[in-house]
Amino acid sequence: MIKRLKLNKMRIALLVGLPVLLSACSDDEVEVIREVEVIVEVPAPVPTPVDVSYEVTLTNLTNSQPLSPAAVVLHADGHLFSVGEVPSVALEQMAEGGMNSGLLALGMAASSGVGAIGPGGSETISVTIQDVTDAKLSVATMLVNTNDAFSGLDALDLSSFAVGDSWTATAGVYDAGTEVNSETAGTMPGPADGGEGFNATRTDTGYVAMHTGVVTVDDGLTNSVLTVQHKFDNPAVRIMVTRIE
Amino acid sequence: MNKLTKICAASALVFASNHTFAADVTIEIQNLTQGMYFTPIAAVAHTPDASLFEVGEEASTEIQEMAEGGSLAGLTTIATSISADVLAEPTAGPLGPTQSVSGSFMTADGNTVLSVVAMILPSNDGFIGLDNWTIPTEAGTYTVYLNAYDAGTEANDEIVGGGAPGTPGMPAPPFLTLGTGGSGVTAVSTNTNVHIHPGNIGDDDAAGGSSDVTNSIHRWLNPVAKVTVTVN
Repeated sequence: MIKRLKLNKMRIALLVGLPVLLSACSDDEVEVIREVEVIVEVPAPVPTPVDVSYEVTLTNLTNSQPLSPAAVVLHADGHLFSVGEVPSVALEQMAEGGMNSGLLALGMAASSGVGAIGPGGSETISVTIQDVTDAKLSVATMLVNTNDAFSGLDALDLSSFAVGDSWTATAGVYDAGTEVNSETAGTMPGPADGGEGFNATRTDTGYVAMHTGVVTVDDGLTNSVLTVQHKFDNPAVRIMVTRIE
Repeated sequence: MNKLTKICAASALVFASNHTFAADVTIEIQNLTQGMYFTPIAAVAHTPDASLFEVGEEASTEIQEMAEGGSLAGLTTIATSISADVLAEPTAGPLGPTQSVSGSFMTADGNTVLSVVAMILPSNDGFIGLDNWTIPTEAGTYTVYLNAYDAGTEANDEIVGGGAPGTPGMPAPPFLTLGTGGSGVTAVSTNTNVHIHPGNIGDDDAAGGSSDVTNSIHRWLNPVAKVTVTVN
């Protein structure tokens, strides 16, 4: 925005005919007309920035999968994640370890949830940007009792949102494809395991896909530390977006 | 076959009351799963009174051939016989996890709904399905998510076998890494009509157990496919 104002600053070239007095106060006074170019920088009026704010409410629909602090990101274009694409390191950090700082840094404006959202819980997260009404909204949060499962929303077009408009959808669960779904002890950061979060080594398919669901020890994955309590199905999260100003 | 032909006979009546225009349609189908494959896909634009499959009804022999073995021969024969517009490339390779395939056709007058089917691998008789989705008349891009269906024609034993109707077990093309020696998850298909697939069970024993599929790879949650339809 600042940049645009600078560009708008008007350069006004005034061609003024100025009478220039040479050798004033003499008898043979000569008046010479010269053209002088005067450049006046007139700053364009600076409009007061207008806040454009959204409230994003996430509701955890799972039985026993807390959601890591959600990343709510407003961006100009592109995607936070896309099925079939190689995930960014920022996405991997969120999906494996619940760390959302990398994703937040990708936005023109962004906001983080204050903490984990427990099963059945909700959180409303506000995000504000100035003067931009056509941003894309993405949301991402990890299902923490998994290796690299996450849910969210990718690049919702906000351009048609008027103040007061609201939109609700349910979101499925994706697999970041960066960590194999072993479900073994020490591999998942959530309370069911208390194991490792982010690890830069990629050990799975390498692309984002819809998640297969956790298998758990109760359903035949012998070395899983997850139980039937941790199973989930789609959808896993309800997301409501409201433009409030 | 019979059902389609029968229903088709009634279509003349519908023509009279419907505005039915040709449309230039592009269809893209993406496999959303992490570890499942689709056999070559049939996308068919046809009249709304025909139907490739119906949940709660018995699958036709042609759907059975598609769902158990990936064959599109019967379905394309039917589609041609009812003057449907067909996008099907039976010789195409499998559509792997997260891969996409696309094609275009000019639908004929009256072919106002779209159906899409393909077998899911590895499975006994699982298939992706879109059933009589009305093609919008307004130009634009539309997205539809597909669920996995069970044809109800074969027990989901999850054992390597064959793909022909009447042959038990799953087809096992070489691109799939499957186990051996499974004892069989089940010997019966309780719901013998088309229904939402309950999903693979699998196990974590590649050389035994009850299933020849791997429980941490060969499962899915719906939706399993994304169809993007562009009406030009």
